[in-house]
Amino acid sequence: MPPTTEAVDAALRKPVRKTRTKQNIGYWKRFGPFYIMMAPALLVLLLNNYIPMIGSLIAFKQIEYTADSFFQSFMHSKWVGLANFDYLFSTTDAWTITRNTLLYNAVFIFLNLVIGVTFALLFNAMRNRRLAKLHQSVMFLPYFLSMIVISYLVYAFLNPDIGILNRVVLPWFGVEPIDWYSEPKWWPIILPIINTWKGIGYYAVIFLAAIIGIDQEYYEAATIDGASKWRQIRSITLPLIRPVIIVLTLLQIGRIFYSDFGLFFQVTRNSGILYDTTLVIDTYVYQGFIVSADIGMSSAAGLYQALVGFMLVLLSNLVIRRISKDDALF
Amino acid sequence: MATVAVKRKKHFNEIASFPNFLINGFFCFYTILCVLPLLLVIAVSFSDENSVLVDGYKLWPEKFSTGAYDFLLSDWESIVRSYGVSILVTLGGTLIALITMALYAYPISRQDFPHRKVFSFIMFFTLLFNSGLVPFYLLYTQGLHLRDNLWVLMIPMFVQPFFVLLIRTFFTHSVPPALLESAKIDGAGEWRIFAQIVLPLSLPVLATVGLFCTLNYWNDWFLSLLFINDDTLYTIQFRMYQALLDITFLSANSTAYSAILAQNPDYQLPTETVTMAMAVVGIGPIVFAYPFFQRFFIKGLTVGAIKG
Repeated sequence: MPPTTEAVDAALRKPVRKTRTKQNIGYWKRFGPFYIMMAPALLVLLLNNYIPMIGSLIAFKQIEYTADSFFQSFMHSKWVGLANFDYLFSTTDAWTITRNTLLYNAVFIFLNLVIGVTFALLFNAMRNRRLAKLHQSVMFLPYFLSMIVISYLVYAFLNPDIGILNRVVLPWFGVEPIDWYSEPKWWPIILPIINTWKGIGYYAVIFLAAIIGIDQEYYEAATIDGASKWRQIRSITLPLIRPVIIVLTLLQIGRIFYSDFGLFFQVTRNSGILYDTTLVIDTYVYQGFIVSADIGMSSAAGLYQALVGFMLVLLSNLVIRRISKDDALF
Repeated sequence: MATVAVKRKKHFNEIASFPNFLINGFFCFYTILCVLPLLLVIAVSFSDENSVLVDGYKLWPEKFSTGAYDFLLSDWESIVRSYGVSILVTLGGTLIALITMALYAYPISRQDFPHRKVFSFIMFFTLLFNSGLVPFYLLYTQGLHLRDNLWVLMIPMFVQPFFVLLIRTFFTHSVPPALLESAKIDGAGEWRIFAQIVLPLSLPVLATVGLFCTLNYWNDWFLSLLFINDDTLYTIQFRMYQALLDITFLSANSTAYSAILAQNPDYQLPTETVTMAMAVVGIGPIVFAYPFFQRFFIKGLTVGAIKG
């Protein structure tokens, strides 16, 4: 006689219940070490990120230094609602820094993508693997240099009196010397060049890794069918590295409200005359806070950046999820 | 059929030699563009100040001189101290950061840890939303009173979510759960499993993250800009920044400079060449270390491109 379903169920349920009770009783005994392991990092996260997040509320206050400690002053200062934001957006600065941040980043993203993919394709096409590796390594060098070093290198080129450009390059073309550090109009060209020069090794390596991962059989089949190199790139390589391209681009779009502080601060030598084309949100917050000590306005600008940035990350992640679920961040 | 009768080349599907030559030529040109600025800085640093002022910067010294380095040598103590600070912060920071991040990554990589999602989120959320500069600065200066303290150059970079995710992914993929299971049956505690099984199996990812941390610490100057006023605590990067702002800063309080001035009141500080010599001194280690480490970086990047 076959056993009834209930009997089978009971037999099956029993061990399950056993393990569950085992889990409940020994939770701390079993997972306690995990909590101890995570404690240091949690402490750092608390200090670095979570307490300052609460501190973001500064943007809604008017700080008055009444007490001895800053914390008490913070508690005693009165809430002023959106006054700091009103003040920020009533200036033309708000428009300028938003425009600069977005435009520069858009150009950076575009150049990284187009030049990065092009370089990766060229590397892949090179016959001599050794040589390709060598070029790749040298191209990666600027990525290792800090922005301070980059600013030195740029200064050697742009120094108005004795820089290479004014002394050597411009005379070739019969052009008058240009005072680079006091003419804003050149920086929208200079900064993308520097940014690309510094970062392109990185992007080329990532795209190349994706290209190398493509199965060779596709190309073999294409060659038998008589596809030209051009056609292979268009119909095999690009479609197959599309996910990588999309994810990298969207990651950058998620950060489009944040700039590379070093690039805009160091390379321009923080020259006030250039602010019209070089001031971005990050440098603006720094200037307003550290230099002018205007806590209200700079914290408002910082919170505005954080909130818009937050929404952009969520948005770009949503788009990534639509395209390829595996590449979504969450 | 013509298409099938492809001439068997030595290598399959290679590009023709003329385009190959063109690509080579282009990359050679670009490679030179990458190295040229560094060579320029080196050349200027070995030039004679007056010839630089007259002829401008040149890729080859018009008139060779080590005057700039002589001057820097006269002030060697501050530079050596800056190196010391940089090395201390880099080594200490990287070591603590690696341990902290690995210790956090292990629990959230364990499939049987019921709250791993919560702790992953706590880590991850910091990537999405940050407080901005103002509260961060106030906490470290007003709350923790860490101004002019070397810890302030290390703590903010101890935990970087992206690296933690990288380590976690590696733990999940390269440490077989069966192995952990059998270790547990043999009576090993979590600490022991972590130290004797998980870490030795994960050396590649730790090396990669360690290298990136090293680079980040070495190249950081922003934290110094915010929190360091005491010039005995300047890192080499920050000293370079100060030198570019104002080369006389290097000499303003240097006894060497006043000694030279006492002997020779007309002494002109060779500002241009000293500035570039300072850059060479600062770049040196990175450029020397680069050939040895770049392979690991490139490998690490390609590991990082695969998300788990």
